[in-house]
Amino acid sequence: MNIQLEINNKIVEAQQGETILDVCKRQGLNIPTLCHIKEVFPTGACRMCVVENLNTGKLVTSCSYPVEPGMKIATHSKRVAEARKVIVELLLSNHPDDCLYCARNKNCELQDLSYNLGVRERRIRGVKNNHKIDTSGVSLVRDPAKCILCGRCVDACSRVMGVHAIDFINRGNKSEIGVAFDKGLNTSSCINCGRCIMVCPTGALYEKNHFAQIIEAIDDPKKHVVVQYAPSISVTLAEEIGMPVGTDVNGLLNAALRKIGFDAIFDSSFSADLTIMEEASELIHRVKNGGHLPMFTSCCPGWVKYAEEFAPDLIDNLSSCKSPQQMMGALIKSYYAEKVAIAPTDIYSVAVMPCTAKKFEAQRDEMTHQGITDVDAVLTTRELAQLMRMYGIETDQLEPEVADSPLGKRSTAGKIFGASGGVMEAALRSAHKMITGEEMQKLEIESVRGMDSIKVAHLEIGGIAIGVAVVNGLGNVAPLLEEIRNGRNDIHFVEVMACPGGCINGGGQPITMDMENVKQRMQGLYRIDGNETLRTSHNNPDIIKIYEEYLGEPLGEKSHHLLHTHYQKREVLV
Amino acid sequence: MDWFNSQAAEVNPENIRLLRRDMVDKPVIYIGAGTCGLGAGAAETERAAHQWLSNQGIDAEIVKVGCIGLCAYEPLLDVQMPGFNRVSFGNVSAADVDAILKEVIALNIPKEKVLFQFRNNSRSWDNIPFIDQHSYFQPQQRIVLKNCGLINPESIEEYISRDGYMALKKVLKNQSAEQVCEDIVSSGLRGRGGGGFPTGVKWRFARKTEADQKYLICNADEGDPGAFMDRAVIEGDPHRLLEGMAIAAYAIGATKAIVYIRAEYPLAIHRLKIAIEDAKAYGFLGENIFNSGFNLEIKIKKGAGAFVCGEETAMIGSIEGRRGMPRPRPPFPAVSGLHQKPTIINNVETLSNIPEIILHGQEWFSAIGTEKSKGTKVFALSGKIKLTGLVEVPMGMSIRSVIFDIAGGIMNDKKFKAVQIGGPSGGCITEVNLDTPIDYESIIEKGAMMGSGGLVVMDEDTCMVDVAKFFMDFIQRESCGKCIPCREGTKRMLDILESITNRPINESQYEALERIKGVMQLEKLANVIKDTSLCGLGQTAPNPVLSTIRWFREEYEEHIFDRKCRAGVCTNLRHFTIDVDACTGCTVCAKKCPVDAIIGSKKEPHFIIDDKCIACGTCLEVCKFNAISVS
Amino acid sequence: MKALNQVFTNYKDASPDDLIPILQDIQAQEGYLSEASVREVSSFLHLPASRIFGVATFYNQFRFTPTGKYHISVCRGTACHVLGSATVLEELEKKLKIKAGNTSRDGLFSIEVVACIGACGLAPVISINGEFHAKVDRNAIHRIIDEIIAKNAENEDNK
Repeated sequence: MNIQLEINNKIVEAQQGETILDVCKRQGLNIPTLCHIKEVFPTGACRMCVVENLNTGKLVTSCSYPVEPGMKIATHSKRVAEARKVIVELLLSNHPDDCLYCARNKNCELQDLSYNLGVRERRIRGVKNNHKIDTSGVSLVRDPAKCILCGRCVDACSRVMGVHAIDFINRGNKSEIGVAFDKGLNTSSCINCGRCIMVCPTGALYEKNHFAQIIEAIDDPKKHVVVQYAPSISVTLAEEIGMPVGTDVNGLLNAALRKIGFDAIFDSSFSADLTIMEEASELIHRVKNGGHLPMFTSCCPGWVKYAEEFAPDLIDNLSSCKSPQQMMGALIKSYYAEKVAIAPTDIYSVAVMPCTAKKFEAQRDEMTHQGITDVDAVLTTRELAQLMRMYGIETDQLEPEVADSPLGKRSTAGKIFGASGGVMEAALRSAHKMITGEEMQKLEIESVRGMDSIKVAHLEIGGIAIGVAVVNGLGNVAPLLEEIRNGRNDIHFVEVMACPGGCINGGGQPITMDMENVKQRMQGLYRIDGNETLRTSHNNPDIIKIYEEYLGEPLGEKSHHLLHTHYQKREVLV
Repeated sequence: MDWFNSQAAEVNPENIRLLRRDMVDKPVIYIGAGTCGLGAGAAETERAAHQWLSNQGIDAEIVKVGCIGLCAYEPLLDVQMPGFNRVSFGNVSAADVDAILKEVIALNIPKEKVLFQFRNNSRSWDNIPFIDQHSYFQPQQRIVLKNCGLINPESIEEYISRDGYMALKKVLKNQSAEQVCEDIVSSGLRGRGGGGFPTGVKWRFARKTEADQKYLICNADEGDPGAFMDRAVIEGDPHRLLEGMAIAAYAIGATKAIVYIRAEYPLAIHRLKIAIEDAKAYGFLGENIFNSGFNLEIKIKKGAGAFVCGEETAMIGSIEGRRGMPRPRPPFPAVSGLHQKPTIINNVETLSNIPEIILHGQEWFSAIGTEKSKGTKVFALSGKIKLTGLVEVPMGMSIRSVIFDIAGGIMNDKKFKAVQIGGPSGGCITEVNLDTPIDYESIIEKGAMMGSGGLVVMDEDTCMVDVAKFFMDFIQRESCGKCIPCREGTKRMLDILESITNRPINESQYEALERIKGVMQLEKLANVIKDTSLCGLGQTAPNPVLSTIRWFREEYEEHIFDRKCRAGVCTNLRHFTIDVDACTGCTVCAKKCPVDAIIGSKKEPHFIIDDKCIACGTCLEVCKFNAISVS
Repeated sequence: MKALNQVFTNYKDASPDDLIPILQDIQAQEGYLSEASVREVSSFLHLPASRIFGVATFYNQFRFTPTGKYHISVCRGTACHVLGSATVLEELEKKLKIKAGNTSRDGLFSIEVVACIGACGLAPVISINGEFHAKVDRNAIHRIIDEIIAKNAENEDNK
């Protein structure tokens, strides 16, 4: 603390280099922001965070202005309050303001600001925005009419994800955010990750919704509707139903899904365990037989599409394993269908995922078996919460329940898939057993956990040196790919998760920009891993059973047909 | 080529005199070949002169010079006969060439088109005023424009012959960089591009910032509509700018400099390219200039048509190949600019002042002008004024002098209404404020702004609401679109102005009320835009509206309440009536009326329902019997 | 795309700084920026197409459709405005039956509005393929356009 300044007539201490906003936050003063993203050089676009510098008589943006000794700041003077209000009114002047029909109704920063700043009258009128909604994308819908041009999505797409499918186009009042040549999202390099949704303050970006089909299937007595949910859902749903961030609500989740009317409920953590069996075997096979190395994980559909677009030369390095969602989907319509003696065509398979790209993955041509799609519809965590509300489910009245058998039992190795580094950790636990025949002494591999952008570890398993890397956030993958192209060979296995933090921060999760929340969710997963005893995929009795009963062995004939896939180079505007 | 370098100490004075064309050994014809000259037909005039000379078999030289500033008299043609002073003729079209040259070669001066003669220390012509006696030039003091229109801008030697690059030599040989900064500080020179920040102080910031690379950028992105000073300076005397840049770069410690120039100025770019190449060849740019160890590379970057790129951080973005969107300050460019390196951005006029300040000393410069605004200012005069063109006057001169004494007052002797100064960031100076002295503070006090120096004169036929609308339209199109107040606010202000100047179809009471409410919003909105916009463009965007409301509130009220435009400019407020005697009842107008506002039966006089009329003027255009009148 | 390689050879060690000059050169050569050229630039400079498009649409200079054989720039600077450039533009649009920003169907004319050409002394000004026409009014517009049409027809006949 080496600077003194005055905020609202109170002397406060601050450090050189801090912004006014930082200091105000610490003082418990809430200054509204719209375009601000922590840890990124402020763009200063929205002007919401202006405060009055009483020394100069000017309004300055607190997000970008560094504190100076002797500064006198007023954060909520009449002039500031009026300015903020007018800015919101200006945004509203051409906003469609059809809040009641909006995907972000009651969860919109613009709505909140307008309410908090006391906008109660339409003082400024303008012609309503009348851009066309872009529904060309498989997972995402863009409604530029609701866009306030804060630019957070552009930052997320370009800097955080390294994709840069969208950017500002045109100028002045005609500015909008769009893809090259103002075309549909489907022509772009968009990987459907949904990071843009996570940062969007309004309803300009949202996921493509399939409620109608799902409800119809549930209602159809001839349809056997099965649902699976991803490992991370049980710790992120909590926020949507008013419980503390990171709380595990697995039991309530099962109960709620049953209440909605799903006929069978499976945990994708089971198929995550299965993925580990296949993927660890594939890795060992590649290492022993001189296959393409390093091997990249393929469970993140955003990353897979990215690789197909930006790194087609490395496609052979991708694991051929389907993702847990698709493995589960394939098994539901084969193994499970046989068990319950229902024709696969009569099964409607829904997946609840933390991810918008999973919607894209589910409709890939490769993700079918004998003409039957593995997964019929995908819901995001947010959509599940919405569905629960639509079905009038009061979670505080529910008793915890368990998922169905035989695809419902999981190890915690499958569960930690939801956090960055989790796949790696789970795979290494099983690879160790496969290579040495013995269990790992200490199952926690701290070096691959956490929020670092790249996590590297060098291990020795049964005399084999294995180098692993975990890429946390797709924007960090390009330098590693370049190193690999240039001959880096100390890495054998790479986990790539597009979203920073992994699926717990996926584009389908409850909307937050606060990384503290993400850390809480992550801790939720590791808490489960720490508290339970079945912590390795290969010891999951149902996994052992399915290999005995149905699949034979990892990488075997049946696995090959049901659980593995292939990739292709994609020609898009990159 | 390197006579200057090798023999600089003992250049043959005869040589210099020849280069300066103080004496000529054969007739020399000068053609004003700036963009405005060429626009007015200088190329044809030049061709005609060539043709005439070869037809007559006369050995003479034709020199293309830049713009002397008398745009109203373009094309300009000067003739210098051996032993005589150079004499200037105005409005010389190709057809006039024969008559003029025939006479002058025979040592007669035709009286109709002659303007003035120069002082070349040769025989003067009788009864022809000298340039410094001409009303347009007499009040001027030319520092930046010193050589414009006199020399061939494509000849470095002509520049050198007029003390060119002597200032650069002086600082490189005798002065430390710190000293140069201090000299410029004490000269009182302030930035000529807008706000008037002290140039030397800005340099000092960059000088003091440690960095492995620093940059100098010359802002030649003259975007203000109504301003063309920078273009004329570069077209007329590009080396002056280069010399100023070299001195500035030395002072701040930059080895790389960029001229960011509008792509709309192809001729200026062309001449600047030649000048850079020549200066390199002469060793005034490049490595180890004047053996001082100082290196400087100057590159040209063409703008791509975005007014906002005149803003420093937007310009840096544009040079880096990005959208020209300003970013918040601090950090200031002098600390972190182009490629995050310390960067100084000065405009053309500022930099072109430097060589003279160095040569004549800071005291000489600070003796010119007023207490806080030193030196001279170049203005571009346009609009409803008799003599359009470029002038350079000492600070402190009244605006009245510039408009009435220099430029001869208003076109067609109409009544003066206002002069718009400072472009889209500026405001209006009205009759009551005409005696305001030209200096940064006085002009701001009157609600306008020096800006880059465009003076657009308006007369009684100009509608001030329309002018405000014009600027608002310009600004909302040129806004970068980044910050909300500027992007949305300027558009809303334009909407309000549109509603004032238009008659909506089926106007209801409600809309009239809305219009009045809108106008009440105007000032409030304007203040928030000023207060909260990210960059100077937005912060000054409401100025033209605030200024016109301040001085011409009654015109606004007329538009709003009486639905009337006294200047007759807002055509949508016109009232149309049909002269019942002249109307033949042909029904054409009724058929063409887009809103069915005209009624009447065949062969009977028609009538216009005023409430329905949207004043589109279609009826007036289609009537064959002159039966429709407008008020 | 051999044509663009010629542009690219002028940019050794190209960096993103060169994006705008490269686009300017391409437009100077091809008349406009096609989708194919943008793709080329994207792979030459290793920049995302969306960013290039974003930059190109920011600046007035860049076009995405070919211009007419005669490209008319109408100055809408202040001086031109107070001396009637709005009428000039209107007349031009009426005469050519196209709006500013568009190209006539026969590909002969295109109109563009420019902020200020910087020839305020000659207001109102238009420029046709870079050639200035000073102090134009309604009548001048008709004369200038008719002359061009006649000259063009003559050239066509001679072919």
